[in-house]
Amino acid sequence: MTTRMFGQSVKRNEDPRLLTGKGRYVDDIEHSAAQVAFVRSEPAHARIIDIDVSGTLDIDGVLGIYTYEDLEGDFAKPLPLLIPNDGLFAPKTQYALAHEEVCYAGEVIAMVVAKDRYIAEDAASAIRVEYETLPVVADLEEAARPGAPVAHLDMEDNVSGRVSEAKGDVDAAMAAASHVYQWRFSMERAAAMPMEGRGIVAHYDESDQSLLLYDSTQAPTGVRGGLALLFGLDPDRVHVVAPDIGGGFGMKVIQFYPEEVLVPWASRLLGIPVKWTEDRREDFIGSNHERGQAHEVRVGTDDEGRILGMETNFLNDAGAYCSYGLIIPIITAAQMQGPYRIENFRYEFRNLFTNKVPTSPYRGAGRPHAVYVMERVIDKIALELELDVAEVRRRNFIGPNEFPYDVGVTFQDGGPTIYDSGEYERGLDVLLDALDYGNARAEQRKAAEQGRLMGIGIGYYVEGTGIGPYEGAAIKVLADGSVTVALGFSSQGQGHETVFAQIVSDELGVAVDKVKVTSGDTRRIGYGVGTFASRSAVVGGNAVFKAAVQIRKQAAEVAARSLEVAAEDLVFENGQIRVAGAPDLSVGLGQVALISNPLRYAFGEESQEAVLLAQRAYAQSDRPLPDGMRPGLETAEFYSPTSGVFAFGAHAVVIEIDPDTCNLKILRYVVMHDCGAVINPMIVEGQILGGVAQGIGGAFYERLAYDDQGQLQNASFMDFLIPYATEIPTVELHHTETKSPLNPLGIKGVGEAGTIPGPAVIANAVSDALGRPIDSMPISPLDIYAILYKG
Amino acid sequence: MALNPGESARIELTVNGIAHQIDVEARWLLSDVLRHTIGLTGTHVGCEHGVCGCCTVLIDGEPARSCLTFAVQTDGAAITTVEGLAASDDGLHPLQESFRMHHGLQCGYCTPGFLMTALPIYERAPEMSDEELRKAISGQLCRCTGYAGILSAIRGAAEIERSRKGAES
Ligand code: FES
Ligand code: FES
Repeated sequence: MTTRMFGQSVKRNEDPRLLTGKGRYVDDIEHSAAQVAFVRSEPAHARIIDIDVSGTLDIDGVLGIYTYEDLEGDFAKPLPLLIPNDGLFAPKTQYALAHEEVCYAGEVIAMVVAKDRYIAEDAASAIRVEYETLPVVADLEEAARPGAPVAHLDMEDNVSGRVSEAKGDVDAAMAAASHVYQWRFSMERAAAMPMEGRGIVAHYDESDQSLLLYDSTQAPTGVRGGLALLFGLDPDRVHVVAPDIGGGFGMKVIQFYPEEVLVPWASRLLGIPVKWTEDRREDFIGSNHERGQAHEVRVGTDDEGRILGMETNFLNDAGAYCSYGLIIPIITAAQMQGPYRIENFRYEFRNLFTNKVPTSPYRGAGRPHAVYVMERVIDKIALELELDVAEVRRRNFIGPNEFPYDVGVTFQDGGPTIYDSGEYERGLDVLLDALDYGNARAEQRKAAEQGRLMGIGIGYYVEGTGIGPYEGAAIKVLADGSVTVALGFSSQGQGHETVFAQIVSDELGVAVDKVKVTSGDTRRIGYGVGTFASRSAVVGGNAVFKAAVQIRKQAAEVAARSLEVAAEDLVFENGQIRVAGAPDLSVGLGQVALISNPLRYAFGEESQEAVLLAQRAYAQSDRPLPDGMRPGLETAEFYSPTSGVFAFGAHAVVIEIDPDTCNLKILRYVVMHDCGAVINPMIVEGQILGGVAQGIGGAFYERLAYDDQGQLQNASFMDFLIPYATEIPTVELHHTETKSPLNPLGIKGVGEAGTIPGPAVIANAVSDALGRPIDSMPISPLDIYAILYKG
Repeated sequence: MALNPGESARIELTVNGIAHQIDVEARWLLSDVLRHTIGLTGTHVGCEHGVCGCCTVLIDGEPARSCLTFAVQTDGAAITTVEGLAASDDGLHPLQESFRMHHGLQCGYCTPGFLMTALPIYERAPEMSDEELRKAISGQLCRCTGYAGILSAIRGAAEIERSRKGAES
């Protein structure tokens, strides 16, 4: 028996390339292309009066300067709305280049194309825009106030959408409850900040009527479809390649950012390759943010801390436009109940425009907010009723025998939210054992006696992952016995070249490093959806599995005929297809690929042998390629899930606050996670650890400091604090495995898991340490100072 | 050398042992010259204001930010980039091998900067405390890994080097 690769911490196939500087990121491509710089709006809300380009006339090397007036046809229309929804009644999206009104600081007003980026920026800074500034609405809660300034001149208020839903009878539950509490929670914005910003290289070929676009996108197939439509091109002549991508975390899933349309447009106009590489400041003010929400929660409990009914009314900060529809608040609402059985639940949210950078999902996508609210609610109930926080969780968990469990609200894919499987109490036990919870509490009491501020925080989450509609994989066996796999969704560091190779390796008996995975290249596979919502391993993994099974079947048929045995007697190992019990009888997988493609000419030794085998295989057939067979050993298969699958996990943190610096020291950070069957534990752990760092960053270090004029005050890494190694603690990882019954591999997604409970655990721990509720996030030493010393 | 805006000057520098003569404008960053003029795109740019460390290279043996260095300042210097690390095309430097072994990279964008920062210190890393090692790399940002794999990788590289030497002798 060869070892099954599924489940092994196989070293990554992509690493040698990335470690030796041979990675190929978008900015590494086409150094000779013309370069773009953009003029972006300075005010957050203004009318454009005039754009004066006269200062650029004597700058050598400028190839073109474009404003809205230069756009025609569909290019002059607002960019597409990606995800419509009945509740979204003001679906505003931005123009590729601002048209009369700018609605956030950073909105693209003019594009300069020049010989190099230095010159392009010279010209961009010589362009003078005259504005008539307009009243700005920057704060989310202010945006909801009647009579507040409007983010868009043509609107009466700032509400872009509203959705509500209910299950059970919340009013009756509240009336019957022994305790009814009302609490407010808010969370400010956060940003993904991948180390590589966005980038685009466009090559429009007029004579071929084709477009080749390198784009650091998480969804190349979507970009391709949209651009084909916009440019009026045959989709088969639009190729979008997402090469190596330096992190995405959701920020790169949006199509279209204005630059994604403008750069290929300029390439067509000028007839040359054109390139744009986002700089860090542009990433802060031109790439989407997330997170901003404010909740008003009402919850009714019995005396034992069981939740009888709950409702939340919340606001979601859309920013200036909402091309991603209502997805973020919908996810928040759908995932709010977490692992708890809440029979009566109601929510209503309003999606509000503000004059700030637009929002769309960032790692966690609506869930960090939901989990933060729910987990604060649990801790506050415990405090009110003088119960232990772990005990209150225990009393409210959905039991292991209650699956499938209908949460009773709509999920982001429009279907019901139905949990497939979970062992929530066991998960908590694993977490508390690992933490040695009883001891940790004892230490905390001891510390308190010494006047030290120690706190323990727990955060539990359920994460819907692996949503549809589908994903595909095209697999091909080459003559040398290696296997290529093409995926429509791209990789931003999740190890696609390895995990999917592991699945293929098991099925076809080929070494993992002989399986070459290309992800996110529409030249290799035209259909696919994208890498987001922790879905690639789930949906893509099962597509790869299906395709590998299909190849195995095809190969077995051909091999059986060549070897004159029954297909059932064949085993696939070490690149060979052998007859069980007859070790000498075998044929190489590569040879089968050759046989499957009967050629007139034999090239090289391998194919000469193959020609002989082919003659034998087809001796009984009336033609070289029997009816119903296709040449080559290749296939493309697609997997479409019936619904999402629900991973879960819990984090616990022990912190101490330094009363002098008001800084937070994380003494322990313990993680329990369950993402069903694990393909590669090393990679899964890496996803969790990276996610935890982003969760901690978002809870305590990273704050997008907008002023009331919609100006981002800290748009640089100097002022926006992403944690370094010195801020991130050693994280203790534990996992359980509750397979999903909904897909053949039993997988659930993991990409976002580590980040989701970050704000919840930190808020709970700081509340615990200070004995004061932390109900607005993120927090900073200054906030702690205010609580400690200013009452 | 004194240069006015827009003027170019010829500089000579050695990159990974290869001598180059290049005409550079005064304002050209070393990172741009390495990436776009010489074509060594392994050096990455994450912020262009000296905070993320993605662009770290060795200038005369010392880690330095190539985004905060004008190319013209490196006249006569010897520069090592990530491309100069591995001895041969298919072999990996022990530090690179260790990053692979300990999952010290995900997207790989920050990786060249971490490798160049760790190069002068990895041999001492096993003796460093956790805090010391964290401080030693606290000029580098990684958004993917949470640093755990990077720390183990730097700590484990010397061991890989030793076992390779052991295998040779
Ligand atoms: S690019 Fe040089 S430090 Fe960030
Ligand atoms: S591996 Fe992606 S930034 Fe470090």
